[in-house]
Amino acid sequence: MRTRLLAAVSVTAALAITATACGGSSSGSGSSSKTIKVVYQQQLNNSNKVQANFLAPMVKQFEKDNPGTKVQLVPVTASSNDYYTKLQLMMRSPSTAPDLVYEDTATINSDIASGYLKPLDDYIAKWSDWSQFADASKAAVKSGTDGKTYGVPDNTDTRGIWYNKKIFAKAGIAVPWQPKTWADVLAAAKKIKAADPSITPFNIYTGTAGGEQSTMQGFEMLLYGTKAGGNSLYDSDQKKWVVGSQGFKDALEFIRTVYSEKLGPPVEQALGANIGAAVGTEMIPAGKLAMDIDGSWMPNNWIRNGSKPWAEWESTMATAAMPTQNGQAPGRVSMSGGWAWSVPAKAGNPDLAFKFIEFLETKEASAKWNAENATIAVRKDVATDPAYLKALPTNKFFTELVADTHYRPALPAYTQVSTAIQKAMESVTTGQASVDKAASTYDNDVKTAVGADNTVKGS
Amino acid sequence: MPLLPSAVLLAVFLAGPIGYCVYYAFTNMQLTGSATTDFVGFDNFTRAFGDPDFLNAVWLTLVFVVGSAIIGQNTLGLALAVMMEKASKPVKAITNAVVIAAWVLPEVVAGYLMYAFFFQQGSLNAILDSLHLPQQNWLYTLPILAACLANVWRGTAFSMMVYSAALNDVPQELIEAAEMDGAGPWQRLWRVTLPVIRRSIMTNLMLVTLQTLSVFGLIYAMTRGGPGNKSQTLPIFMYQQAFQNSLIGYGTAIALVLLLVGALFSTVYIRLLKLEED
Repeated sequence: MRTRLLAAVSVTAALAITATACGGSSSGSGSSSKTIKVVYQQQLNNSNKVQANFLAPMVKQFEKDNPGTKVQLVPVTASSNDYYTKLQLMMRSPSTAPDLVYEDTATINSDIASGYLKPLDDYIAKWSDWSQFADASKAAVKSGTDGKTYGVPDNTDTRGIWYNKKIFAKAGIAVPWQPKTWADVLAAAKKIKAADPSITPFNIYTGTAGGEQSTMQGFEMLLYGTKAGGNSLYDSDQKKWVVGSQGFKDALEFIRTVYSEKLGPPVEQALGANIGAAVGTEMIPAGKLAMDIDGSWMPNNWIRNGSKPWAEWESTMATAAMPTQNGQAPGRVSMSGGWAWSVPAKAGNPDLAFKFIEFLETKEASAKWNAENATIAVRKDVATDPAYLKALPTNKFFTELVADTHYRPALPAYTQVSTAIQKAMESVTTGQASVDKAASTYDNDVKTAVGADNTVKGS
Repeated sequence: MPLLPSAVLLAVFLAGPIGYCVYYAFTNMQLTGSATTDFVGFDNFTRAFGDPDFLNAVWLTLVFVVGSAIIGQNTLGLALAVMMEKASKPVKAITNAVVIAAWVLPEVVAGYLMYAFFFQQGSLNAILDSLHLPQQNWLYTLPILAACLANVWRGTAFSMMVYSAALNDVPQELIEAAEMDGAGPWQRLWRVTLPVIRRSIMTNLMLVTLQTLSVFGLIYAMTRGGPGNKSQTLPIFMYQQAFQNSLIGYGTAIALVLLLVGALFSTVYIRLLKLEED
């Protein structure tokens, strides 16, 4: 009996190892000098193929222009958190490292600190187009410690409030609408709820399942609008993370109000991993959601080749800037991130990989990409291009928000701080913890993550 | 000698990773955010035991194991096995088919089925509604109970099979003798059957405990450990620390704790078995 069990276990183990080994070699980097592997994220919402549709013809053209080369696209179908994890696991070992990866600027600094990425300074020094890239977006891909550049950004984004003009009109709120304070936003939500209970008045992302979406579109749009402004999460003068601030509690209180007063989607839906897709492709197009704090890319869902083509969006949806807490200067707030192409440190063929970046980010290609993906341009020549500005009626509004936007702290610990924020949001959303309790749990989590001496008490 | 290849395989593929795991647990290794890995002694463990989320996960794991394995699967499996003894052939066949169907499903598939069963617009609420009973938001209000029920549904077949085999070994004369002495069905079960199959009970308890300790896919598919941390058992907590917070060292330390909990349970059961033999 015992021998048989042992044999069974070893056979299983051997099978498992063989399976992993196969998986490993098949995703290994192109060994031939003419092949590169390019990894990007295919969102879980499978109908969203904007990036795949953009890249496929680019690859064809590139292979035609450079005879003998081969570009292998490797989409990773995953939620953003799982995508980062998968990428990091791939980049750990030379046998699995791709040649080119699509990196969120939120995680790029962690990956730089881990030594996963290759500095691109030698390449961009010889690349004349680099001078066209906006300084803020260059800063987002630069290491805070060694000052080198680790990626070429291909878009940025801003965030604001999307609202449904028809629902607003029916509820008796004058459009165009521009709230001055948080209270104005809540007041509008309450008015809509009173006018038609079958409509969800307001969505703000929350909880751990939504990942960075909850932190950035949700919490930080509030937090950076509190008194401390750009220093409310990380005090860049003292170089310390902020804990114990009233602003943090106020932002949590806002979330608590939305969900406890049932101004938002049902809590179990709000905390599901699928909420992002539901908001963009179901609730808004169906006219079931009145307001949503979300990004400039929302029309992605509704354009002709989007996942939920909806031609009426241009006449139905309008945008407003997110106000600061009490209307204090500068009156509005936005967050920006964006994505960049990076070359892993262990890439087998960095030269060809960079050549492909150059090809993907010419003025024409960038303009096409920013228009198709409904993102904000990072090339100055594209940002002022009338064709780009007219590609979507909302491009002008979201491009102008750049003046009052904030970037997240470009530090390795950010990922953990972000998780701590999501946890705090989730516990007040479910009512599991009071605002004070959730805030103090957050303080402890941050102290554990970065060390207590790297924190400072906020006001 | 024929053991040698297996032993080598075991050493390479089982002992090796566990050895690595033990080493990682004492380092601050991260998936991202830090290039260097240092030896940090017992830091990860002291951190865990000071972390309310970890203690919550330990508590939920105990609830899950005791509720779904020791009480649920074990008792229900025994009950089914006893009832099947007397059942007619077709009833036996149908029960077997249903119970074993749940057992052969891959864990993740079972998880999704159970999600469809328990979620708010799911079949359970539809059934409750048609019976004019109040609907519950199972996965939201009582996720750990839903997870326990799901695990009972999935794992009972195993206990049932173990007990069916054991019951076959109970000598018929003993039962008949007890019957002659005027013992009712309960007394026969309690005083004759159970003492005879006590070794199978211990073995079964040990196996279902270990299986349930490591359940991940089922809960992950159903609730992802949420809402909040209301169904965050140790395997889920470990996954989140290692792969969402990128703290490989800390996650591995938790894995090691889980391994120790399993070892502890096994030791207790084995000792109980030993006492029996002496």
